[in-house]
Amino acid sequence: MTKLRLVLLLVPVLAMAFVVGCGSDDDSSSDEPTTTATTAATCDLENLATYKDGVLTVGTDSPAYPPYFEDDDPSNGKGFEGALAYAIADQLGFNKSEVEWATIPFNVSFAPGDKKFDFDLNQISITPKRAENVDFSTPYYTASQGVLVPKGSELDGITSLDQLQDATIGVQLGTTAFDAVEQQIQPASDPKVFDNSNDVVTAFEQEQVDAIVVDLPQAIYLRDAELDNAAVAGQFEAPGGDQWGALLGKDSELTPCVDKAIKALDEDGTLEEITRQWMSDAAKAPELT
Amino acid sequence: MTRAAPGERRAAREKAKLARSRRGQAIAVISTIVVFGGAAAIVLNSSGWPVVQEQFFSPEAFKTSFPRILEGFWLDIKMFMVIEVAVLIIGLLIALLRTTGTAALFPMRMLAAVYCDVFRGTPVVILIYLFGFGLPALELSGVPKDPILLAGIALTMAYSAYVAEVFRAGITSIHQTQTDAALAVGLTRVQALRYVVLPQAIRRVRPPILNDFISLQKDVALVSILGILEAFKIAQIETNRDFNYTPLIAAALLYLVVTIPMARILDHITARGEINS
Repeated sequence: MTKLRLVLLLVPVLAMAFVVGCGSDDDSSSDEPTTTATTAATCDLENLATYKDGVLTVGTDSPAYPPYFEDDDPSNGKGFEGALAYAIADQLGFNKSEVEWATIPFNVSFAPGDKKFDFDLNQISITPKRAENVDFSTPYYTASQGVLVPKGSELDGITSLDQLQDATIGVQLGTTAFDAVEQQIQPASDPKVFDNSNDVVTAFEQEQVDAIVVDLPQAIYLRDAELDNAAVAGQFEAPGGDQWGALLGKDSELTPCVDKAIKALDEDGTLEEITRQWMSDAAKAPELT
Repeated sequence: MTRAAPGERRAAREKAKLARSRRGQAIAVISTIVVFGGAAAIVLNSSGWPVVQEQFFSPEAFKTSFPRILEGFWLDIKMFMVIEVAVLIIGLLIALLRTTGTAALFPMRMLAAVYCDVFRGTPVVILIYLFGFGLPALELSGVPKDPILLAGIALTMAYSAYVAEVFRAGITSIHQTQTDAALAVGLTRVQALRYVVLPQAIRRVRPPILNDFISLQKDVALVSILGILEAFKIAQIETNRDFNYTPLIAAALLYLVVTIPMARILDHITARGEINS
């Protein structure tokens, strides 16, 4: 009996010793790539340490919806971010067939550990807090918040944000809209926060919310293509602005290269052209103050 | 003299027993230290720990998010308290319906059986989705639009189906002779059920029902999919804002604060039940 107990006691001890030993092995081996990483900052195609060799893996959430993507198929290169991804890939030296897409749910994109993509394009707002845990590229778009209301309702034709105070407002989880609503509209009742854009739209259609606040290009798209009876009441700036960047793993070697690519696209006018092509109506909504 | 011998032997036996129990305690302590210390050592020595610590256990993120999460948790508490009462009543009614032998009630019995099968067998999250987004879409007059109410109805349906089955098991576990004896002393069928069968059945099923309630107290978090700002949803918002998962840990702690006491009450009742029988 005593012997058996001793043996039983030894099993976990040995197991721990073994695993702790392995753990420290991992430590030393994982240090090596980071030291080499700092030295290889050139953006030549052959030096790029991509997630998969010879392929640029771009992440985005599913469904990939307009105007950022079209037909829920990022690989067709349509939509603002769809087109942008291929423009960045081109700058980095990848041709269209060397770009692969990965479905990365938004709340997975910032999880610790190795990323399963090279960069993620998902209308992600850059904030200093977020940047503690991931890398952001140079911003490629500055978004305004769009207010979508039922056409002909009391809220259609408002001129100031104060007029939204008594409204139940729907927003999408993970977007700047929640903070924008809380800080700038300060509605009497809590905003409703839905997990994805489809649920926001459903709630709006079923009159569970009086208005929805989403990025302006999306508001315009929803008005034109998805909702029969909606009007864009206006736009306003999120607190501290709302700049979108490509998301990369913390201290990724690719960050400076993606930065360089976006800057080049900005300088040669490609970025403006893509923006104009897919987000054309953005300036047409009245400003709400 | 002959009496001293068993006394000495008893003392020796006691001493040996004490020594054994002390050794047992010592081994338990060492084993605990080794197992938990070892597990902690593995986690703390892992190469990813500093990042995980920062992204999951940040005191700063905890402090800033906790007050709002707590505020949202109050809604969770209110919801599960009301739902629990509704579940007990509806569950018992369905169980009674399913256990009666009255021929005229056959269609109701069938309906009750289908109710249990359907609502117990469907994932709760789907029920909430269907009730929250499906019912208002019918645009029937009188159908509520308030998502809290709709989610509450969905949870009540799901859990009353579970609890009905537990009640039914309790009722059928009371031996037929109990009813027979009650009828023999002049009680009506309803009286026999009310004063003889149900009190015994309910006492017997308290542990499994409390167990279902523990599960319910966590599942109220699912109402968040209807956009309701309860603890889990607020934790998600905070997590997504700063890319730090600590608010989810804060929410988890709050759910534990209500489920752990429930578990201890359950242990207590179970232990007492064992002594009684």
